[in-house]
Amino acid sequence: MAKPRNSPSLLQHSLALRWTLPLLAALCALPWVAAALGDSFYVTLATRILVFALAATSLNLILGFGGMVSFGHAAFVGVGAYTVGILMQHGVSSAWLAWPLAMAVSALLALLIGAISLRTQGVYFIMITLAFAQMLYYLAVSLKAYGGDDGLSLPGRSTLGGGMELTDTTLYYLTLTLLVATIVFITRLLNARFGQALQAIRENEVRMAALGYAVLRYKLVAFTLAGALAGLAGALLANQGSFVSPSLMQWSQSGMLMVMVILGGVGHVLGGLVGAAAFLLMEEFLGHMTEHWQLGLGALLLLVVLVAPQGLMSLLKRRAA
Amino acid sequence: MGILLLEQALNGLQLGLMLFLLAAGLTLVFGIMDMVNLAHGSLYMVGAYLIATVSAVADSFWVGLGVGVLATALLGMLLEVSVLRRLYSRDHVTQVLGTFAILLMCNEGVRMVWGSQPISLNPPAALAGPVELLPGFYYPAFRLLIIGVGLATALVLYLLVTRTRMGMQVRAGASNRDMALAMGTNVQRLFTAVFGLGAALCALAGGMLGPLLAVQVGMGESILILAFVVIVIGGIGSIRGALVGALLVGLVDSGGRTLLPMLFEALFSPQVAADAAPAVASILIYVLMATVLAFKPRGLFPAHG
Repeated sequence: MAKPRNSPSLLQHSLALRWTLPLLAALCALPWVAAALGDSFYVTLATRILVFALAATSLNLILGFGGMVSFGHAAFVGVGAYTVGILMQHGVSSAWLAWPLAMAVSALLALLIGAISLRTQGVYFIMITLAFAQMLYYLAVSLKAYGGDDGLSLPGRSTLGGGMELTDTTLYYLTLTLLVATIVFITRLLNARFGQALQAIRENEVRMAALGYAVLRYKLVAFTLAGALAGLAGALLANQGSFVSPSLMQWSQSGMLMVMVILGGVGHVLGGLVGAAAFLLMEEFLGHMTEHWQLGLGALLLLVVLVAPQGLMSLLKRRAA
Repeated sequence: MGILLLEQALNGLQLGLMLFLLAAGLTLVFGIMDMVNLAHGSLYMVGAYLIATVSAVADSFWVGLGVGVLATALLGMLLEVSVLRRLYSRDHVTQVLGTFAILLMCNEGVRMVWGSQPISLNPPAALAGPVELLPGFYYPAFRLLIIGVGLATALVLYLLVTRTRMGMQVRAGASNRDMALAMGTNVQRLFTAVFGLGAALCALAGGMLGPLLAVQVGMGESILILAFVVIVIGGIGSIRGALVGALLVGLVDSGGRTLLPMLFEALFSPQVAADAAPAVASILIYVLMATVLAFKPRGLFPAHG
């Protein structure tokens, strides 16, 4: 396939290292700053933001670059979290075993769900992914042996072995490393042949099919990959709160992930991170000011929709242009 | 056994008809304006709250119902003119975000006005008791009223859509919006009217179901998902599809919740039945939807030509 190799095309994505490297440095220094301020709460909040950034980034891969509006992404996060939780309940707490397994289980489910759902288009796809997520939600509710409706409290965190313990700070750095690796990986993937084809399918599926691309297979691979990454986010989330519950899979959680992606920027490699940070900080900030913070959040979201339809990243881009 | 089946069939019919009231508005908004509206359930919630409040003040269920339905219809039209109109031309993702924002604001607004405790909505005293349908078979009178109202509304809606000028324009819009525009339909006014009608139906369903379920914040979300399932099964934009889908979902859901535990008890140990049956029953309608979509990716009665 002829591909513009030298000129950067619209399908080409850069990490904008001029901005992201200083940001990364700041994120690396955060635990020290928090320790100096004597407030470990910031590390917990930052870990939460990074975990959700990972989940939102995985959703952005299919939503933003694949054009697949999945309304059930939280289910894969929940499945990853439950895999870690259930394994720990049975005495298997090694992160080296549990986390890859969480990814594998989520990927397998995504493969199955994707194989059926991707036959549908548009709104029907939104709804069928939602339906599958609801099924998994009710499945989790029915797992009486693992807490059912009330959820499952974990006895501790995953173990790393080699004398390392998964403290708040270690978990933060681990999450940061995994997030950076994921974002770099996705950026490279998008600039590779697979990612170019995926984005072209988003732009014009019929044409790509006519060119001889196995459209469904490309979409299914992306969907499965996103499921696996969401499962990883779920494994981290289970460790962060030492708690898993069906509410992780509720449809409002899927909605929240979508809001994060849209807020940050659909189809921007950093959209998931920006969106998760903006959303959770807004929630935290407004939550301190008033108990009716949801009203403010709703108003802000509506404002974003009406003023910055392409997400917050587009505002930066517009200013740069 | 026969009595039980009859009772479940009536319960299923009642749930199905109420779902139809919600789904009818949703499917038209979806079909004509190609608009994903997550705030549809909020209108149902606001309607139920308004009806409960006016009913308590006026000391009459019927006055509350009338005032509440009208007020919700006005609110719906106001919402359409002020915000939703700007979202029609945008993609589904943006519509989801925008209406999700409205949903959050509605929930919080209701919490600010009425508090987070559920409020009560009492059925009219004359209909509080059961009636004897068959010798030895009693059924709550209010549930019969719900079935009656649902059937009557379905009939009125059918006549409205098939026999009036507005209904013709609605059908034309659902099947091909651009062509309807080109033929001189005032689509903007039509949209506002359809939205008001959808909001009124929401409030009616809220007023009917309010005495059975709790009137509380978040009541709209759970039923919204069911309404989405209904319209996807029926085919987006099709009123007939919404009716068939709603009845299917109502019957499968009610039937599954009573019959599955019995079936499971016969097949497995009572322990397994008690654990698994409720879960399988709540999954059943999603299995139904996935099955329908796997074979007919555009629903049972696709409206778009």
